Amino acid sequence: MDRRVHDRGGWPEAGPINRGQHDLALWEKQTDALHRVLSGPGKHKWRVDELRRAIESIGRDEYESAGYYGRWITAIETLLVERGILSREEIDRRVEDTDEQVK
Amino acid sequence: MEEHNHGHDAHTQVGDSHEMTSYEKRAGAILSLLTEKGVVASDEIWRAIDDMDSRTPALGAKVVARAWVDPEFKAQLLTDTKAALTELDVDIGSLNTVVALENTDKVHNVVVCTLCSCYPRTILGVPPDWYKSLSYRSRVVVDPRGVLREFGLELDPDVEVRVYDSTADIRYLVIPSRPAGTEAATEDELAGLVSRDSMIGVAMASAPGK
Repeated sequence: MDRRVHDRGGWPEAGPINRGQHDLALWEKQTDALHRVLSGPGKHKWRVDELRRAIESIGRDEYESAGYYGRWITAIETLLVERGILSREEIDRRVEDTDEQVK
Repeated sequence: MEEHNHGHDAHTQVGDSHEMTSYEKRAGAILSLLTEKGVVASDEIWRAIDDMDSRTPALGAKVVARAWVDPEFKAQLLTDTKAALTELDVDIGSLNTVVALENTDKVHNVVVCTLCSCYPRTILGVPPDWYKSLSYRSRVVVDPRGVLREFGLELDPDVEVRVYDSTADIRYLVIPSRPAGTEAATEDELAGLVSRDSMIGVAMASAPGK
């Protein structure tokens, strides 16, 4: 059976469970909040199922390496671009501008 | 897989620092663009963060303690969880359906979300990192007893283990068994014995004095 990357139940290569805990970084909380605000009352840009669809469309390598909120922000970006709210180019440009300021 | 290579690194779930930086940058860029365009207001984001921070397992513990002392409440909690929670002023927010699962001498319930990380967040706060880990999601459905053993919980072989796989629409709250020796405890003291992990089903409620 061909399995999608998010469908982890019984996935054969799973190792021991890492019970280490990290405090959520500000950007992780902001990412979580962005989804809740954008999908919430008054905005309705998407539903939680659409966020999941966007997460589940991430390729296997990235899905496994991105970390939890890395997957979320990737999915949020996908949805924003699909809906024409932001373009990939302007996000790229803003990232570059921020890099410039830091230098 | 990252989880195998960095088993002792508490930050494993975030990925390595290079990746974290790039996701963090994109999050910052997206947030600043959306704020400039007026799609979201900065205070809406802060309010959502405050709301997230305000929800902790103490809410769930209050529900469990009430169920332990009030049989009528417990009966309602098990049949109409939403109504029981509302009665206790626990706001379930945007959750559609919450189902309470009672642990007994004969049945032990444990909760997972194999597909993502569905969790009763409005009652327990954000899920722990391990709940979202690929290993827990993978393994608890095929070897629940082994996973529980890893968490330090050895179940009697004659106890039936039931694993509940959450969905976006249905979230589960485990009502752990009331520990022995707590007959004289107050409801507040009882709530203090109810850990987050016991409400996911990977631990028992604590014994008094421990």
